Amino acid sequence: MRYLPLSADDRSDMLARVGVDHIDKLFADIPRDKLLDKVLPLPLSKGELEVERMLSKMAARNKAASSGPFFVGAGAYKHHVPATVDHLIQRSEFLTSYTPYQPEIAQGTLQYLFEFQTQVAALTGMDVANASMYDGSTGTGEAVLMAHRITKRNKAVLSGGLHPHYGDVVRTLSEMSNAEVVTLKPDLRAKEDLIAAIDDQTSCVVVQSPDVFGTLRDLKPIADACHAKGALLIAVFTEVVSLGLVTSPGEQGADIVVGEGQSIGNALNFGGPYVGLFATKTQYVRNMPGRLCGETVDAEGKRGFVLTLSTREQHIRREKATSNICTNSGLCTLAFTIHMTLLGEKGLRSLAEVNHANAVMLADKLAKLPHVEVVNEQFFNEISIRLKGDATKIVDRLAHHGIMAGVPAARLFPDQGLDDVLIIANTEVNTDEDRDALVAALKEAM
Amino acid sequence: MLNRQGRPTTPANDATAVHKTFTGNRALQQIEPLIFEIGSTDQTGVDIDAPAPHHKKLGGLERKNPIGLPGLSEPETMRHYVRLSQKNYGIDSGLFPLGSCTMKHNPRLNEKMARLPGFSDVHPLQPQSTVQGALELMDTLAHWLVTLTGMDAVAMSPKAGAHGELCGLMAIKAAIIARGEEATRKVVLVPDSAHGTNPATAALIHFEVRSVPVREDGTVDPKVVAELAGPDTAAIMLTNPNTCGLFEKDVVAIADAVHKAGGYFYADGANFNAIVGKARPGDLGVDAMHINLHKTFSTPHGGGGPGSGPVVLSERLAPFAPVPFIRKTEEGLQLVEDEAEATKHGAHPFGRMTAFHGQMGMYVRALSYMLSHGADGLKQASEDAVLNANYVRAGLADLMSLPFGNKPCMHEVLFDDTWLKDTGVSTLDFAKAMIDEGYHPMTMYFPLVVHGAMLIEPTESESRASLDLFIATLRDLAIAAKRGDTERFTGAPYHAPMRRLDETRAARSPVLKWTPPLPILEAAE
Ligand SMILES: Cc1ncc(COP(=O)(O)O)c(C=O)c1O
Repeated sequence: MRYLPLSADDRSDMLARVGVDHIDKLFADIPRDKLLDKVLPLPLSKGELEVERMLSKMAARNKAASSGPFFVGAGAYKHHVPATVDHLIQRSEFLTSYTPYQPEIAQGTLQYLFEFQTQVAALTGMDVANASMYDGSTGTGEAVLMAHRITKRNKAVLSGGLHPHYGDVVRTLSEMSNAEVVTLKPDLRAKEDLIAAIDDQTSCVVVQSPDVFGTLRDLKPIADACHAKGALLIAVFTEVVSLGLVTSPGEQGADIVVGEGQSIGNALNFGGPYVGLFATKTQYVRNMPGRLCGETVDAEGKRGFVLTLSTREQHIRREKATSNICTNSGLCTLAFTIHMTLLGEKGLRSLAEVNHANAVMLADKLAKLPHVEVVNEQFFNEISIRLKGDATKIVDRLAHHGIMAGVPAARLFPDQGLDDVLIIANTEVNTDEDRDALVAALKEAM
Repeated sequence: MLNRQGRPTTPANDATAVHKTFTGNRALQQIEPLIFEIGSTDQTGVDIDAPAPHHKKLGGLERKNPIGLPGLSEPETMRHYVRLSQKNYGIDSGLFPLGSCTMKHNPRLNEKMARLPGFSDVHPLQPQSTVQGALELMDTLAHWLVTLTGMDAVAMSPKAGAHGELCGLMAIKAAIIARGEEATRKVVLVPDSAHGTNPATAALIHFEVRSVPVREDGTVDPKVVAELAGPDTAAIMLTNPNTCGLFEKDVVAIADAVHKAGGYFYADGANFNAIVGKARPGDLGVDAMHINLHKTFSTPHGGGGPGSGPVVLSERLAPFAPVPFIRKTEEGLQLVEDEAEATKHGAHPFGRMTAFHGQMGMYVRALSYMLSHGADGLKQASEDAVLNANYVRAGLADLMSLPFGNKPCMHEVLFDDTWLKDTGVSTLDFAKAMIDEGYHPMTMYFPLVVHGAMLIEPTESESRASLDLFIATLRDLAIAAKRGDTERFTGAPYHAPMRRLDETRAARSPVLKWTPPLPILEAAE
């Protein structure tokens, strides 16, 4: 087997050296009747070529986003990732290293984490960011727990514009830890009254902007209302590119900012791995979940970086830790930070502008269609439309013709009267031809 | 002079350890500033066309202030990250015996497969008819996992080991709620040798942690478990093979004791790599176990992630698995994403662990690894991993101390620091001296049940020659420590990209991001 260096001779010599005559003597602690005497009923080993054939066959049964007009978003977005990014993250020293527990030989990882944290803090307008969570949804769950710890209350209010999978993660975690969650109804038109839902028991309000239907939310009034009642505002985003063009959640008064970083540097990957971004104010750092990288010096006084404030973490504090997270999104943070470095502020702003311009153009075109209503007044790169008919059926029909029209709202909110709503993302990858093809196909399908 | 294994037979000439350079660089080791010090906000490494004219629809929320994100051109970006990479140690650099972490070879075929557009360029919310191959891949991987573990079902979505623990304990809690016993069953038994994530996970969903002492031989005593378990017991979380590198030989009796008390058996499967193809957790009474695909099934650790932690479940817990899950229908595979829909198919999901469907990129890599090895190769890999660890044990047992005696271990061997007593050298010092010799240190100070733990896991990826050199090096170091060559250790590393870093200082006054430098005189005020 090509991955195993030991030869049969090595094995027998080594067994002799160890002082046993059979490999199973080393497995003697496994109860005799539990030790398997046969190879399990699964295929036997294969050469590289054969494995490649089998997996390529499976891959060929999926329709790749780049193979046609593609408008699917709602939490994950198709963007162009520069070739440099994927090359660099495959450097052995990055790819095959572990969590930087030995900082003297992990400065590569530690320095990019420090740069990543600085970038995320700047983007979100917050004081500090951690070294990543699994993804935006699990980060949101952790943010709610963190707010409970800080406020010593345990009721969260979730906006009806929050991605329902994020809401589900929060509700699952809360149900299991006896915390209360108030979820507002799916809020297609951003008309909900979140402020009225805040009371003296409220620990935090969770608001997504752009929300799951694409609408940009003004966070400032909600932040003020939260603070007046001693609650925290948790601002969530699923499209990090929006932060290139929109006022940061920090500037709008958020206390904790969490989001999905997939759009920068990371492929769609059918849902993972992604990278959760997590930022907060200095005064809350010791309540934060996840790893933090900090600056220090070495024995010769040279600047270097280490993992720090680990007295919050499971390996030191065990059941008193702020979270159980250990492995996080390492290499996805690297992809994020490399792509962000290539963009820089200038590139990020241009990218965000192109995304917005494309979405505005599409919205204008769709608004002219009979039986179509664009529901958003203000948005970034994603919009929702009400159309005539069942959005799921229309999406399936268009997919048949090679056009991925978007996400039917009913897939995320079944049985909520949103069967005629379609969520459409539009990024820099979409061309005029893509938009025209979508508009024409929708017209025909209705 | 080099011997057969590329090892110098004469000590290096000290005269070559010379003067300082003008730049502070040392050939391949170059000092690399932060992007904030070399980039600027109007530099960029991408060319993006200006957008078509349009009227903005941002509703007054347009950003007004600068962000402060520097950019670099493409060549500068390349150089920055390549230089950073040269300050890192990876599996491909050398032996990485980090116990419990399983730093085995990461086949590049896996990387290639994960990048096929049919896997990497598909969206989790595309119509399911357009992702049947992706669902087939998940389903095939699930089949391998349940077959290798002898369990009934698997929840695929957890994102890493700790997330899998959370998933498993949530399934247990849901089962307890279904039995109407949530008010009484609140305790999770956790052996003292457990990884920190175990008690942290239990506490996260408000279980009370009751610790189980580890007996003299490094394993858990079923009699003690029977005493500690009762009507208040929800579960035990038992790592097997455990973190001392030993198989819990009384695992069946422990499972029985917990089951008899009405609790469930959660197994931490971080060390499953020792027994794949040799024994099945399902035969040992396990109710739930996470599998770190990033350990046992070779998906790269990537400097701290991403991982993937599917949880296999027993028949009793399977109905409570979270959404989404895959169902076979006449038209093909269906991903059930919604709890109400799941209920229609007789399931009682406890909820959802994450948006979307889990770590697809890791699934592809893990399946690629499994198909390559096959059932026969996976078994061989476990045997080689165990043989290699025992070979290291046999090679060092006379010099270093084995807290539980010189007897066979599983895939990793645990030493304590008794043998360093009165040398003035600590486990940490010893680890740092290994760095100078070109090795990544073993896991230090974990598990907590022995003093100054050194947990060595060579994995099956090491050749005999590599192990011989490693053993010889550790022997040299051990002898040097015992002979009083203390400085070699206490000042180490001397040859790494950095000397020892001041972690106390980092924690005392945390600097967690870059800020523009103040004038030196002002900063001093
Ligand atoms: C024994 C043990 N349990 C649990 C974990 C947690 O796994 P992960 O880091 O994937 O969350 C680890 C690894 O770090 C481990 O070694």
